[in-house]
Amino acid sequence: MIVAVASGKGGTGKTTVAASLAWVWDRPVAAVDLDVEEPNLHLFLKPDIAGRETAAMEVPVADESKCTYCRACADLCQFKAITVLGSVLLTFPEMCHGCGGCLAVCPEKALSPGSRELGEVSWGTADGRIGFFMGRLRVGEAMSPPLMRAVTAKIAQSADAAAADIIIDAPPGTSCPAIAAVLPSDLILLVTEPTPFGFHDFRLAHEAFRPLQKPMAAVINRAGLGERSIYDYCRSADIPILAEIPFDRRIAEAYSHGRIVAAALPELNSLFAGLIPRLRELARAAAVREATLHA
Amino acid sequence: MPEIIIISGKGGTGKTSLTAAFAHMAAEAVICDLDVDAPDLHLILQPTIKVREDFHSGHEAVIDPAACTACGLCAEMCRFGAISGPEAGYRVDPLKCEGCKVCVQFCPAGAIRFPDRHCGEWYISSTRFGPMVHAQLFPGAENSGRLVALLRQKARDLAQESGRSLILSDGAPGIGCPVISSLSGTDFAVLVTEPTPSGRHDLERVADLCRHFNIPTGVIVNKADLNPANTADIQRWCGETRTEFIAALPYDPAVTEAMVRRQTVTEYSADGLSLNIRRSWRRILELGSRKTTSVQDPSNLKGEFKK
Repeated sequence: MIVAVASGKGGTGKTTVAASLAWVWDRPVAAVDLDVEEPNLHLFLKPDIAGRETAAMEVPVADESKCTYCRACADLCQFKAITVLGSVLLTFPEMCHGCGGCLAVCPEKALSPGSRELGEVSWGTADGRIGFFMGRLRVGEAMSPPLMRAVTAKIAQSADAAAADIIIDAPPGTSCPAIAAVLPSDLILLVTEPTPFGFHDFRLAHEAFRPLQKPMAAVINRAGLGERSIYDYCRSADIPILAEIPFDRRIAEAYSHGRIVAAALPELNSLFAGLIPRLRELARAAAVREATLHA
Repeated sequence: MPEIIIISGKGGTGKTSLTAAFAHMAAEAVICDLDVDAPDLHLILQPTIKVREDFHSGHEAVIDPAACTACGLCAEMCRFGAISGPEAGYRVDPLKCEGCKVCVQFCPAGAIRFPDRHCGEWYISSTRFGPMVHAQLFPGAENSGRLVALLRQKARDLAQESGRSLILSDGAPGIGCPVISSLSGTDFAVLVTEPTPSGRHDLERVADLCRHFNIPTGVIVNKADLNPANTADIQRWCGETRTEFIAALPYDPAVTEAMVRRQTVTEYSADGLSLNIRRSWRRILELGSRKTTSVQDPSNLKGEFKK
């Protein structure tokens, strides 16, 4: 089972939930940080890193001696990453999305594949039992989905991870990086807080993820704070609230010391352990629904 | 004209609550919400929308099943895994399509259309603190960088037309495309963090990004009393990296209480945290006005604090 821990609003407790779930998980598990812009899971799981590699994306390199300035590449490129000015061919590798179109369309084979560094993929083990993968975007790199795909490709190569359940720590928001992070999952666990900002962004996230037709459930963090609208919304949208984490300064302080709250506070250990069977049941029910649909 | 942006790297550190309070303090500002993906500033500022425009950006590929010969070339060439088939016919998944046009170009049957992609809406509004430019990207849409660039241009035009001397923007979390787009040519970035390992880690990355683009920065540690040792560490780090340390603000339940009432914390309560925020804003104005010649008078504050 693959669980994506997501939220619209940042700072609602995604990493707290992902780290704690991985900590209490009752089967082999891998924790995966796909918030590649600001990865934080390692600060809490403190994994031993076994390996790391640089991830790169294909961008065109021009051989101007072969270029006839026919503009076929510039006309095709949708991202202004390659242009012809008179008899000068210019490439802007940082704008390139790596579609390979210019290389395929060039009649003179004047373009060859080069690379742009996206960031780093690393992997290891936390506490001797939790598999760990993360991506870390190079500062200045704008596109995170290609690096996220490099992380998931790395997981696919790992036999241990193939046999394990996977918990994904997703980036905040509702646009392309958030969608890319939850796409591989069987189930999306939305973490929110009962404040006006938390509620508003929860609704955006729910709308963004709904077309994916994956089961969704909610964890309400800092319960007791703010207002009740989130509860009404979950009821009417049929999103089960699996747990409420109380608004408690001890939790915030444990987090501020880099501790996994399920390890630091016994009542939270049982709260997170209690989530596991409910997540499995939701994923199972969805798989049955899917099978019936296709039968 | 100074352009000041509030960003954080990590989400949930209090960017938007602080931006709303600064909008209250600032006279003569055009307010801009550059978190086009999950905007929240409008929840406090309650804008009245004056102009509403569609945002189109890029295109998406659509296969016409009647013209498709099921040769499979499109699926083979797509680098984004966006084309599924041949079972149930070749189809483009709009969530995975980058709009690169490769399939359109190479389809031997000419069976792939390439319509514009409608990605969201943007607005010019009025608020109780002045004009506001904001947007909403449709859920799951991309090209937030282009929408951010568009909003910034609209904010500059609006400032020019209305004779306002400052642009105050709320930024997105992270360090990717929308944040990069919100930084180029900005005069000053306020980095809001919290005294936690993740707050610190993300602060360093977003500060690196600002250095990369040569944007001067200052740091506010929010909820500073949650872990005074970490706060002191961040202050030390600011000294070492010559980053301005603007303020350490205590955790205050008034922030959430104000939010529930759709007020800025400075409207909700005049003392305590609000005094700190007011001092921080004066300092930000001084720092933000350094680079540009048009100097905002830092004493030009409005609201109940203008005595």
